[in-house]
Amino acid sequence: MTWTSFIEGISPARLERTILLGVKSLWMHKLRSMLTAMGIVFGVASVIAMLAIGEGASHEAQEQIKNLGSQNIILQSIKATNSADAGKEERSFILEYGLTFRDIDQIQATIPGVSVVVPGRKLQDFVWRIERNVDAVIMGTVPWYPVMRNRELLRGRFFTEIEMKDRSNVCVLNSDMAAKLFPLSEALGQEVRLQTSYYTVIGIIESRQAVASGSGGGLGGDTGGGKDEGEATMEMLLPLSTLLERFGEVLVKFRSGSFEAEKVELHEVTVKIEDPDKVVAAADAIKHLLSRNHKNMDYKMVVPLELLRQAARTKQIFNIVLGSIAAISLLVGGIGIMNIMLATVTERTREIGIRRALGAKQRDIVLQFLIETVLLSGAGGVIGVVMGLLIPMVITHFAGMLTIVQLWAPVLAFTISVLTGVVFGIYPAMRAASMSPVDALRHE
Amino acid sequence: MSDAIEPIIELKGVEKHYQMGSFTVKALRGISLKIFPGNYISILGPSGGGKSTMLNILGCLDQPSVGEYLLEGKDVSHLDDDDLSQVRGKRLGFIFQSYNLIQQLSVVENIEVPLYYQGVPAAESRERGIKLAEQVGLGERLDHRPTELSGGQQQRVAIARALANDPAVILADEATGNLDSKSGGDILRIFDELNEQGKTLILITHDEGMAERTSRTIRLRDGQVEFDSMFGGKQEIQPPESE
Repeated sequence: MTWTSFIEGISPARLERTILLGVKSLWMHKLRSMLTAMGIVFGVASVIAMLAIGEGASHEAQEQIKNLGSQNIILQSIKATNSADAGKEERSFILEYGLTFRDIDQIQATIPGVSVVVPGRKLQDFVWRIERNVDAVIMGTVPWYPVMRNRELLRGRFFTEIEMKDRSNVCVLNSDMAAKLFPLSEALGQEVRLQTSYYTVIGIIESRQAVASGSGGGLGGDTGGGKDEGEATMEMLLPLSTLLERFGEVLVKFRSGSFEAEKVELHEVTVKIEDPDKVVAAADAIKHLLSRNHKNMDYKMVVPLELLRQAARTKQIFNIVLGSIAAISLLVGGIGIMNIMLATVTERTREIGIRRALGAKQRDIVLQFLIETVLLSGAGGVIGVVMGLLIPMVITHFAGMLTIVQLWAPVLAFTISVLTGVVFGIYPAMRAASMSPVDALRHE
Repeated sequence: MSDAIEPIIELKGVEKHYQMGSFTVKALRGISLKIFPGNYISILGPSGGGKSTMLNILGCLDQPSVGEYLLEGKDVSHLDDDDLSQVRGKRLGFIFQSYNLIQQLSVVENIEVPLYYQGVPAAESRERGIKLAEQVGLGERLDHRPTELSGGQQQRVAIARALANDPAVILADEATGNLDSKSGGDILRIFDELNEQGKTLILITHDEGMAERTSRTIRLRDGQVEFDSMFGGKQEIQPPESE
């Protein structure tokens, strides 16, 4: 029997009747058929669901990293790990560390391709609106900050260079903070109090969740912090000049009885590199440059582009792991089908004998059993696809995780399930067809 | 019997050998016979006499080891599997002792099975199936399952199925063996009618009573024809070869 003659023997009308016959035979053993298809159902469903979850997680991570700006290099001041040395030298209670304005000048002067530098200075304090207060991160920065960090202004405007120059008492709140301080009224144009000064709210900026991989440095803020993930970070942005004037260079914090003084010029510096291809090289150059002035590593560097590449690598590994799991689960499902089909062929040996006596050719028998396995695996595939589409929806609804079902995932999973049926159905079908009619008829 | 009539079946020196471990069993040892259209034949003989092997060969379910089998003048002893299937489906009708209906199919669907393998279109096949069911008195039970029928009814379905492709020869293997005498009698009456209509029937049986109904009796013993009523007496039997 050749494959061409096998294919030629299948007319559409014949195929339709054979499919009907297959459905009838499977329906005779409903429970058995259902249990057999179950292996494929769970295989397909888990593949689609896992792909959707993985894609969602990776998408979220990549979005967060992209928001940092792929051309940016973000430098953050941290307390040096060997700050004991610094203490000895200074002989003071004021801890001095971090990035300085001198660093900015040097970076701009020596690193080629640096287009914009955004300095930032942070502190944490309570911000008041009448008797409401919020523990917020206060950051002094420059007017082009939102553009550089891809942050969208929801309402109002960001502060201007004139306000920067004038050291105006204006501020921009993130939407979470605005909602907390002004739960019932519009925040724009209202005033909030920080220590002894009042600031007019001129804009609302979108809130941003912390990037897990970039967190841990500084006083919190948009690139991470001590807050739990998912908890909104309260942010208040001021002109850098205003912040420097009102709070000076030394920050003194009184927290639950303890006293802490820090002298930090800049908490955060964002450097934008013109050519995206040179970001990594520039990062190395900056590292080299800073290593001279910051021997005790009182800063850290976040390169979003590298994070992005890391995320892509992680996703690739994830996809390989997922692919293996999918392959194994479908293999198990296929073996289950093959097992049952072999049992079915043995059980129906007599039927095969009868059919052969009544004129069925070997290919008719092959077709009959192959169609049964494909029906089983195909039905399992359909149910699996439905389940695989429902599971991510349930997860998104209850766990709040982003899940993305790409069109090719269910298509691929279904195709593989049908192919599994063909691959694992061929052998039992061949075995059924190759029995001699005499022996098959004699079978009890 | 005139030579002008072409035999429908002709066996020429047919032997069938089976390999049983290290030695060969000869189930048929040189059978030559002619069966003519309209013959109503019973093949008798003790168990182990070669009846089943004879049925398998005549039914194209198996092929002779030695010799030739001409069915309607065509040599079928060297056909490949596909062509043999084609011959079975088109020219032969089978009736078995245990009815051998397909359990998941209804009465009319069972009758249609041979038509299905000949590629008869669904509507035509259904029409023919219904007609045949009516012919064997089961027109009221078209949609019943085999398990819902009595043995006699099941065997009538099998007869209708055997007739579906209008075969040249109908082969019945102990067709009444599982039936009580009344249902068995009904089946035999149907066979009589079919023969009257001109069908060629070959009944394989060990029931001497059945042999009396048929027009020709062939007795097999030790894989040889011991007696063929067409020649009015005993044929020469060679003693079994020692092995």
